[in-house]
Amino acid sequence: MIGFIFKRFFQSFIVMFLVALLAFTMFNFLGDPVNQMVGIDTTAADREALRERLGLNDPLMVQFGRFVSNAFQFEFGQSYQHKRAVSGLILDRLPATLELSFIAAIFTLVVGVPMGVYTGLHRDSLLSKIFMTISLVGVSLPTFLIGILLIFVFSVQLQWLPSFGRGEVVDFGFWSTGLLTASGWKAVIMPAVTLGLFQMTLIMRLVRSEMLEVLRSDYIKFARARGLANRSINFGHALKNTLVPVITIAGLQLGSLIAFAIITETVFQWPGMGLMFLQAIQVVDIPIMAAYLMLIAFFFVMINMIVDLLYYVVDPRLRVDSSN
Amino acid sequence: MGLRHSLIAVASVAALCVATGAQAKTFKWAFQGDAQSLDPHTLNETFTLGFLSNVYEGLVRRGPDLQILPSLAESWELLDPNHWRFTLRKGVKFHNGNDFNADDVIFTFDRVRMDGSDIKTKVAADTKVVKVDDYTVDIITSKPNPIVYYEWDNVLIMDKEWSEENNATAPTDVTKDANNYAAFNANGTGPFKIVERETDVRTVFKPNADWWDEAKHNVTEGIFTPISSDATRVAALLSGEIDMMYPVPVQDIKRIESNGGTATMTGPELRTIFLGMDQSRDELLYSNIKGKNPFKDKRVREAFYKAIDVDTIRKKIMRNLSTPSAIMVSPFLFSKSAKYERIGYDPESAKALLADAGYPDGFELSMDCPNNRYVNDEAICQAVVAMLAKVGVKVDLLAQPKALYFKKVLDFDTSFYMLGWTPGSFDSWNVMYNLLACRDEKATRAKFNLGGYCNPGVDKLTDEVLVETDPATRDSKIEAAYDMVAEDVGYIPLHQQGLAWAKKDSVDLVQRADNQFMLHFVNVK
Repeated sequence: MIGFIFKRFFQSFIVMFLVALLAFTMFNFLGDPVNQMVGIDTTAADREALRERLGLNDPLMVQFGRFVSNAFQFEFGQSYQHKRAVSGLILDRLPATLELSFIAAIFTLVVGVPMGVYTGLHRDSLLSKIFMTISLVGVSLPTFLIGILLIFVFSVQLQWLPSFGRGEVVDFGFWSTGLLTASGWKAVIMPAVTLGLFQMTLIMRLVRSEMLEVLRSDYIKFARARGLANRSINFGHALKNTLVPVITIAGLQLGSLIAFAIITETVFQWPGMGLMFLQAIQVVDIPIMAAYLMLIAFFFVMINMIVDLLYYVVDPRLRVDSSN
Repeated sequence: MGLRHSLIAVASVAALCVATGAQAKTFKWAFQGDAQSLDPHTLNETFTLGFLSNVYEGLVRRGPDLQILPSLAESWELLDPNHWRFTLRKGVKFHNGNDFNADDVIFTFDRVRMDGSDIKTKVAADTKVVKVDDYTVDIITSKPNPIVYYEWDNVLIMDKEWSEENNATAPTDVTKDANNYAAFNANGTGPFKIVERETDVRTVFKPNADWWDEAKHNVTEGIFTPISSDATRVAALLSGEIDMMYPVPVQDIKRIESNGGTATMTGPELRTIFLGMDQSRDELLYSNIKGKNPFKDKRVREAFYKAIDVDTIRKKIMRNLSTPSAIMVSPFLFSKSAKYERIGYDPESAKALLADAGYPDGFELSMDCPNNRYVNDEAICQAVVAMLAKVGVKVDLLAQPKALYFKKVLDFDTSFYMLGWTPGSFDSWNVMYNLLACRDEKATRAKFNLGGYCNPGVDKLTDEVLVETDPATRDSKIEAAYDMVAEDVGYIPLHQQGLAWAKKDSVDLVQRADNQFMLHFVNVK
C-alpha cells in the first residue's frame, strides 16, 4: 500500500513538472506582456527597461528554473496587471470558483441521477423522451450560449435572477461565501445550472445505460422470480450496482467543473479564478496564467490519485494482484 | 375621462417626486474591465485615469466639451516663454482631512517621473517644479512649451504626507514583491471617495461632502461593476440591474433603443483609425515584389486610398457609428479641420494609377491587423482586403490579438497595417511627433510611425510647432504639416470610431468625446 502511494506521488510529480514545462513553452507564443502593461505613450527605452527588470530577457530555461523553484514555495510572483502577489490573488478567487463548482456538482447529481433512473426504468414514457431531448440540448449547446439564453429568459424577460456577479458575500477572512445570503443563492443558480448542465446529461445518460444493463442481469431476474417488491429491486439492488462507475465519473468530473468554470464565470461575471485566467490571457499576465495552470493540474492530479486510492480500497481484486 | 386620467397621472408623478426627492440616489454602472490599480500613476490608460478622476484631481481638468478648466490650480500665467506660474486653490482638503498645498504638487510631479510610473511622458524629465510659497508653484521648462499643462488633467495630485505615512512615495513597481498601499487605497481631493473596493468585483463611491467645488450631481452612492462579457453587460442594463454601461457592442444598439426605458448615447470618439504603409525599406518585408518597394511610389499609395470605400465600411461594418476622416487627428481637436476632404472612392482611377506605377496586374502583400483592440477592427481589415482585391492587389490578412499584434508592429515588422491613435494631449503636436515626423535610428521620436513615412518639411514643422507660442502661427504651421501629409498620401485615414454608451432614460449624464465617464456629471431622476 505504502509503495503504491509513493509510486503515485512520484507520477503526479512528473505530471506537474510536464504541465509547467508545456505551459512555459506556450507563453512564448502569447505576445509581449510589456506592451500590455504600459500606456501607448511610453518610450521604447522605458519599455526595454521594464522588460529587463521583469527578467523577460533571460533565456527561457533560466526563467523556467526560477519559476519552478518559486512554485515549490507557493510563490508565483507579482501579477503584471493587478500589481499584487499572485498567490494572494488566487486565494481570494478560489472560494468563488470552488463554491460554484460544488453547487454545480450537487446539481448534476441531484438532478442527473433521478432522471437517469427514471429514463432507465420507463424507457418509452413521454417524460423519458422529454428528458432525453433535454439531455441532447445539454450535450450539444455550447456553455456560453446556454448562459446567455438563461440570462435572457430569467434576467431580462422575467427579472427573477441577477445576470451577473455573486450577490452579497460574507467574508470570513480566509474564505468568502455567497451561500449565507439570499442574493448569493439567487446569483449562483444560473451559473451553476449552466456549468453543470453538460455533466448532468452525462451522468443521466450513464445512469440510464447502466440501469438498462443491470436490469437485464441474472440477479435482477432472480430477484424478480423470488417476488421481491419492484421498489426494493430497482433501488436496493439495481441502482446500488450502477453507482460504482457513476461515482468514479462524478469524482473525475469535479476536476473538469473547476477547470471549465472559465467560460461560465466569464458569461456571468463570476469573480472566480477562471475569469481572472481569461483576462490574464488577453493581457499576457504570465504569473497568473502559470499559477492557474499549475493549480488546475494539481487538482486533477490529486483527484485522480484519490480515485485510484479509492479503487484500491473498494476493489479487492487490486489488492490481491499486488500481493501476488 | 381623459382629463381625469391625466390628472391622476400628474398627481401620482408629483407624489412620486416628493417621495423620492430626499431618498438615496444610487447609480450603478458597468464597463468591460476594471481599473487596474488605484495608484493614479501606474497606468496611462483612458479608463483607469477616468475612473480615478472621480477621486483624484489634477491642476487642471476638462469640462464636458473637453475645454481646459481650472481645478486644483486656480489660474496660471506665462512669465516668460520657459517659465509658468501656477496659483493653487486655497482651502482644498484631501479625503483624509490633510490640506492641499504646493508640497503635494512638487511631490506628485516627482512621483510621476520615477521608475514604475507610466505617466512619465506627461511631465518632461528636465522640467523644474519650484515652490514659491505654499500656494504658488513655478514650472520651468528647458524649451518653450505652450501646451505644457494640456495633459495635466491626468497628472493626478496625491497627498505627500499620506503617501509618506503609508510608504507609497513611489508608484507600484511590479518587479518588487511588495504590495503598494496606494494601489488599494485612494486619498484624493475629488468629488467622490472610494469607500469599498474589491478588484474586478465592485467599487463603491460616496460623495465627498467637503469638495471645494459645487456638486452638480445628485448621486449619493455610486457602484461600479466590471462586466467583461458584452451580452451580459447588455442584459444587465435591459434587466434594470444597472443604470449605465459602456461600451455598447454596435450590433446591440437597436436592441437597447427598442427596449422601453433604455437609450444609447453615441458620438464620434477622438480616436482616428488609419492604415499605414511601409515607405522606408527598399524592399517590402511581406510582398511578392522584390528589389523595390511599391509604397515608395505615391501613385501606389493614392491607388490604395482610392480603392477603399470608407462609406461602405461606415454603413455595413460600423453600422453608421463612425465618421470618415480626412486627416490624422479628430476634427474636434483641430480648428482648421473643416477644409480637409477625403479623396473620393474611385476604383477605376485606382487601377489606372497602379498600372501607371508599373503594376497593371496589382501585386501581393500582407497586412497586419489587431482583432481585439478597436471597434470591429478585424471586420474593417477584411473589408479593406476585399476592396483592394477589386483593384488587383491581393492582400494576405494577419489579424491577431493585440498582445501579438503590437509585439510585431511596434518592432516595425510590417508592410501594411491598421492602427488607431488618440493624441493624449488632445493636440496636434502629439500626432505630428508620434506619427508624422521622420523616425530616427533609435526611434526616439515618431516611434508609432510604423511605416517610416518621412517628409523633412513635416519633420521641421514638428519641432517648430512644439516651441511656437503664438496660437495663430502655431495653427497655420500645423495646417501646413497636414497639407503635406495629405499631398504625400503618407497615411490613409479611415474614420473616427464612434463612442457608444447606454443608459436608463431616468439618468442624465455627459458623454465626453475622450470616452471618459465622470460620475460628477450624473443626475438620477
